[in-house]
Amino acid sequence: MSKGKPGQPLKPEPAAPRPRPEGASLVRTLVSGFASLQLTVALLVLSLVMIFVATLDQVHLGVWGVQQKYFHSFFVMAKVAGTGFSLPVFPGGYLLGGALLLNLVTAHADRFRLTWRKSGIWLTHVGIILLLIGEGLSGLMQRDGQVRLDVGQTKRYVESFRESELAVADITNPGYDDVVAIPVARLAGQDVIQHPKLPFTIKPLAFFPNAVLRSRTQVANPPPSMATMGDGTDVIAEPAPVTYKPDEGNFPTGYVELAGPDGPLGTWLVSAMLDQPQTFTYQGRTWQLALRAQRDYLPFTLTLGKFTHDIYPGTDIPKNFASTIRLRSDDGRDDRSVLISMNNPLRYGGFAFYQAGFANNDHTSVLEAVRNPSWQIPYLSCALITLGLVLQFGINLFGFFRRRAGPASGASPAQRAPSSP
Amino acid sequence: MKKHVPLIALALGLLWVGATLLPRGNAGPFDLAGFGRLPVLSGGRIKPLDTIARTGLLMLQGRQRVMTPSGKEVTPEEWLLDVFFLPETADAYQVFRIDNPDVLSIFSLTRADGEGGVRFSYRQMQAGLDELDRQAHLAEPVENAERSAFQRAVVELRSHVEFYVRLKFGLEAPGIADLAAELSDAARMAALHASFETMDTFSSLRAVPPARASGDPAGWQSVGHSLLGAASPSGVDPHVLVYAALGKSWRDSQPDAFNSAVRSYRAELSANFPAAARRSNTEAFFNQAEPFITSLFLYVIAFLLAAISWLSWPGELGRAAFRVMGLAFLVATLGILVRMWLEGRPPVTNLYSSALFIGWGSVALCLVLEKLHRNAVASAAGSMIGFSTLVIAHHLSLSGDTLEMMRAVLDSNFWLSTHVVTVTTGYASTFLAGFLAIIYILRGVLTRSLDPRTADALARMVYGIVCFATLFSFVGTMLGGIWADQSWGRFWGWDPKENGALLIVIWNAVILHCRWGGLVRQRGMMALAVFGNVVTAWSWFGTNMLGVGLHSYGFTSAAFYGLITFVASQLAVIGLALVPLGSWRSFRGVKA
Repeated sequence: MSKGKPGQPLKPEPAAPRPRPEGASLVRTLVSGFASLQLTVALLVLSLVMIFVATLDQVHLGVWGVQQKYFHSFFVMAKVAGTGFSLPVFPGGYLLGGALLLNLVTAHADRFRLTWRKSGIWLTHVGIILLLIGEGLSGLMQRDGQVRLDVGQTKRYVESFRESELAVADITNPGYDDVVAIPVARLAGQDVIQHPKLPFTIKPLAFFPNAVLRSRTQVANPPPSMATMGDGTDVIAEPAPVTYKPDEGNFPTGYVELAGPDGPLGTWLVSAMLDQPQTFTYQGRTWQLALRAQRDYLPFTLTLGKFTHDIYPGTDIPKNFASTIRLRSDDGRDDRSVLISMNNPLRYGGFAFYQAGFANNDHTSVLEAVRNPSWQIPYLSCALITLGLVLQFGINLFGFFRRRAGPASGASPAQRAPSSP
Repeated sequence: MKKHVPLIALALGLLWVGATLLPRGNAGPFDLAGFGRLPVLSGGRIKPLDTIARTGLLMLQGRQRVMTPSGKEVTPEEWLLDVFFLPETADAYQVFRIDNPDVLSIFSLTRADGEGGVRFSYRQMQAGLDELDRQAHLAEPVENAERSAFQRAVVELRSHVEFYVRLKFGLEAPGIADLAAELSDAARMAALHASFETMDTFSSLRAVPPARASGDPAGWQSVGHSLLGAASPSGVDPHVLVYAALGKSWRDSQPDAFNSAVRSYRAELSANFPAAARRSNTEAFFNQAEPFITSLFLYVIAFLLAAISWLSWPGELGRAAFRVMGLAFLVATLGILVRMWLEGRPPVTNLYSSALFIGWGSVALCLVLEKLHRNAVASAAGSMIGFSTLVIAHHLSLSGDTLEMMRAVLDSNFWLSTHVVTVTTGYASTFLAGFLAIIYILRGVLTRSLDPRTADALARMVYGIVCFATLFSFVGTMLGGIWADQSWGRFWGWDPKENGALLIVIWNAVILHCRWGGLVRQRGMMALAVFGNVVTAWSWFGTNMLGVGLHSYGFTSAAFYGLITFVASQLAVIGLALVPLGSWRSFRGVKA
């Protein structure tokens, strides 16, 4: 990859700074620095260390926590013991990826000449540039969630795995619900929430990212509840540590006080652990209050017709999972039956739906839904890189055999060495 | 004589391979080999009873040999027959390996009570089985990665006991003295209804083939299930009666009755279930021939020949090493092909077969390298890797049947044959570069045999193999990303196994860039290549030890210490490489 002369790669001179015209500017020095091979190697080794440490940390943080801490960040932060401060201790994925990108692009602008002998390297590097861009875009744009469907059930939304919202719905009209969804982050704040569609304000009183609810009757000497209305009056919410385990979820829980112009209506407990929305009436209209997984609404509906779970005979080893789904678009153009099974997703409307799991004695199918507008970039970059590597190593190998076949007399082994690409 | 050495070595090797392929006769009057070929459905696939016996014994005690309390050695088939039909006798065989002293104290046993200090019988453990059950239940809620050595040992032993007890209910039930006699009378059959239910619940074998010949394994039934469906003696499935007759003749030591029952059943199977019978016969033959063990010993011989060739007779012994390695490779290839045919799958489906394939791929590359360079270096490296991977594979086979069924997400021959094979080839070649580098370093530092010509040849080999490894590990990793995008909805998820594969790609890229940029010379490249072994070993085994992620398909704690030892040894070699060139024995007085 350097400009080293072919035929001398095994014992080359240490990479000496190339002679520059006198009065080389600071820009020139910077460009050479960013384009240097030393930087490439340093960045690769740093990535190696970061990925290794992140893999180990996954035991504690889970895969999602690790992605946030290491890969989708500019710096890996660590808490200074005994204080609330965090300090950057290592470059994160965005920084390393960005630096590699810069390094590659400047190297090509500065050092590389497009020749046949280096065509493979060019292709490979263009592919890697695309791959880095694609991974960056995925990190920024990918949204994922799930659709849990009981047999016969229809849904038109994707539920987030991790984000929750407080849904306040006016259900007075039997034909539709009028929903105001408040991101859970607002509940963690202090500000009173006001919305033009709501005749009351919502004041967050307390919030726990994860909590366990217990019935008051099960606890000896229960403390007084903050909730004065709804289901929360019978329940104690105990804060719990946030979990990152892939098979466990968090149950965000909070207390909110609703107030109209004439004063407070009461305090409700809202929690993702409560299955049913809490209903109340205010000024002649019926309202529902629920803390639930954040929803992304789809321009189509999915209905689960059938779910099958095959096992190998005489074992409990799963052989296949498959969901037969009726897909209906709102514009009426699509109304068909599709089969989603392992290794066989449905791509529709910018989403991809995968068979992720099942529950409830095979009566519930869990689909994972992913929206990533950049999902095709890795395919393209893989094709480029594969082509590039095959081409480059093919050129090297061809050269090697040609030199072997040629008259070897007088040539030292070093001179017959495969050439540097 | 000297010039015939390669031919003689090859001929001796061929003779030995031929000997392993000869069908082995029965030592006694019973047709045990025929019995071992009878097919049953277990673990989701149809396999011969021979496989049940061998994999079962490997799992329980780490070896296939069984010693009776009287000191007589019995074959796996005889052991299985005793488990089925003479459970009282089988209970006294010391076939349960217990290494953990705390587990022994559950049964109030000491090492002195065990055969070889580690093997104990079911009867010896019987009084403590309830306590074992309790301890295992205490340990089970603890996540695998967080279990203590004791907890892991009790959970494992309990699963072994369960396997053994289920086997006892496979064809008959303990307590029924003579099933054949009971099945001749409707009233006596009715009285045994509860026993049949127990057999159906506990049996891990489905030994009764479907009434009509079909390729669907779901039609096979357990003996208990079949008996529950039979109201009267006339309704009993004839295959149940075959096994009842086998039981009676085994108990009563009537080899003629036993042999004729085996013979007629096998004839019927060949007529009605030709595919199952063919597979079963082939697998039993494969088990007996043990091609990977043959291959393992041939690799040892090839390595010795190659190493000695550096000291004397380089031409002759070098060629002999090449040929013996080629023979070992051929035997391993045949073994892998038979496994692929039996399974109907590409070569790599689990950790065990990845070990086989890594060895196979490395040796294939070495055969090419040796053909090009003819200095016995590639023969030495190839036979070393071939040997090591087969030893690793042998240890992995101790966890049970190695031809296991593929879980739903892995059930894709297309991706198994593209992604898995490519990425495993990447592992193989990265290891190969590392082992060649080890030879360079050890020969250079410790001996005078690394002349400049060999050194340059080795450098070219390592460079070429690193290029090859970069290509395959990269393409393999990317194909894995595409598979993940197809089945899990994301190209890249930073899962431990994905990260491990990426580390190999990055490390190979580091080696190439260091070399292209002149940041390292020969010695530095060798040190970097040895570190490639560490990275690859981590990716192959280390990531599985974390016990997290979608890919963690093979957790094994004994491997942890193996990995630590391996990493330490590689770091030691790298340390050796850092010794200044002037102090290398081969380069003393030579300007580097």
